[in-house]
Amino acid sequence: MKQVRLKVKENTEIADNVVSMLLEGDVSAVSAPGQFINIELPGLFLRRPISVCDVISDADPIKADNGNGCVRILYKAVGKGTELMKQLPEGTVLDVLTGLGNGFDTKCLSAGQTALLLGGGIGSAPMLMLAKQLLSKGIKVQAVLGFNTAAEVFLAEELKNAGAAVTVMTADGSGVGESAEYNTERGFVTDARAAAEGAFDYYYACGPMPMLKAVYNTVSGDGELSFEERMGCGFGACMGCTMETVSGPKRICKDGPVFNRSELMWG
Amino acid sequence: MEKCRYCDPRLETELCGIVLDNPVIAASGTFGYGYEFAELFDINILGTFSFKGTTKEPRFGNPTPRIAECTGGLLNSVGLQNPGVERVISEELPELAKCFHKPVMANVSGFSADEYAYVCERLDEVKEIGWIEVNISCPNVHGGGMGFGTDPAMAAEVTRRVKAVTSKPVIMKLTPNVTDITEIARACEAAGADGISLINTLLAMRIDLKNRRPLLKNTTGGMSGPAVFPVAVRMVYQVSSAVDIPVVGLGGVSTAEDVIEMMMAGACAVQVGAANLREPYVCKNIIGDLPAVMDRYGIDSLKDIIGAAHSL
Repeated sequence: MKQVRLKVKENTEIADNVVSMLLEGDVSAVSAPGQFINIELPGLFLRRPISVCDVISDADPIKADNGNGCVRILYKAVGKGTELMKQLPEGTVLDVLTGLGNGFDTKCLSAGQTALLLGGGIGSAPMLMLAKQLLSKGIKVQAVLGFNTAAEVFLAEELKNAGAAVTVMTADGSGVGESAEYNTERGFVTDARAAAEGAFDYYYACGPMPMLKAVYNTVSGDGELSFEERMGCGFGACMGCTMETVSGPKRICKDGPVFNRSELMWG
Repeated sequence: MEKCRYCDPRLETELCGIVLDNPVIAASGTFGYGYEFAELFDINILGTFSFKGTTKEPRFGNPTPRIAECTGGLLNSVGLQNPGVERVISEELPELAKCFHKPVMANVSGFSADEYAYVCERLDEVKEIGWIEVNISCPNVHGGGMGFGTDPAMAAEVTRRVKAVTSKPVIMKLTPNVTDITEIARACEAAGADGISLINTLLAMRIDLKNRRPLLKNTTGGMSGPAVFPVAVRMVYQVSSAVDIPVVGLGGVSTAEDVIEMMMAGACAVQVGAANLREPYVCKNIIGDLPAVMDRYGIDSLKDIIGAAHSL
């Protein structure tokens, strides 16, 4: 964990109420996809934990040594904190705790194997950095993103451009058959052919709790799931976000947010 | 050399016969067993810290969500999650001893006078522990915690039972959720308490407008943070005039100025709680800021200002 000051470089709505924010500064503490940052906001007591969508290192190698670059986050403006974030003008400097949480484990796959990435709604955010990292190791990526409706879709084209095979699921069936860029199907992520056919070696899932439970129960094979919870500190001090696991109570912020399916008590 | 900034003799104070390098104590429940913070800074600069509330048996605590925000603070309903006293002794404290070399404050909770006594007796043999802080004020558990802190006779009973099994100084941690906190403090003092710490969190509640349900799964929780600071100052002031034993002040302390205000109200040491969760370096910053803030208010030594607000 590192406490840094990051400057808002970009803060743009990319889909219905979904905002992409680029934060510039020392991002050296972000070490794995699936980690999160915790942002202090003026007038609010608790920081806001938001997962990392991507890290863009500075092209200048001297600056890169200092960890300078940008961290990109995607957030949905649904409450006081995220509504406030949406209003922040470019140039605003924020106090941020970076490199929080364990992140996804990309070492359990090797070149030539296939990863299935399952993102539900705003839970799709960490899938971009994860996909890029897997692809750079020669691991094939099948990404399935689920949304309520076509107006909410984001990240699909970027994942496609990064080299992933992408399927977009919409619960209401809107947008099905309308994209030349990626596959579209009606239903939840667990209904996707890519998930049902089981032609993958390991899966990574992030999304709302009902989706994670459905993934756990219906997607066969090994994988890991990323959880969210209302947090106090975000770095393991307050026990505010505890979850029961097979190896005892775990803090989602510090021991997670990613847990292997074998750790879960849903069996 | 950097460390010298944090060991200014003007900051020295004393709590129940043990000298503290400075009055800043990280409060129980916001500092775990110290390791998370030891990764960030040398926690030996602290006066000390009070470790996570410990019970006889391991406790998972309450269901989540356990955290809700409010203006100037937060509500929590963690519910005393801890690994139980045996694992605290066998695993947490040896680990802590690697990064903290001062007497630590043990925080103890229970559901019966017997349980409080049992846990304190087990902790009495741990040499790293300087004080035992007995939490009779947790608002988040049923059948214990705050129940003992809202009744003078029960508070006295727990105090007596604990004092009988330990030679370490016993500090009773009081709840603000009472009509007259001085009555409870006096009962603890009469039963042999060596000190009083206050305030624990204020019983509170938030409701989610979208689903019309309480934000906390436990319905209610304890409120802390800067919003409660004036309540805490008032109660520290009242209690320190009602008893002759040392008082540790806490509740919303976030700055060096707050520490000084709390000491002027009558506290000989000050705990910092909720602020750690927002700002992990806050204790270090407060200790670093104290000398300059003391200079600004013409304070030569922190000991000189304890209870200053009481003299007319």
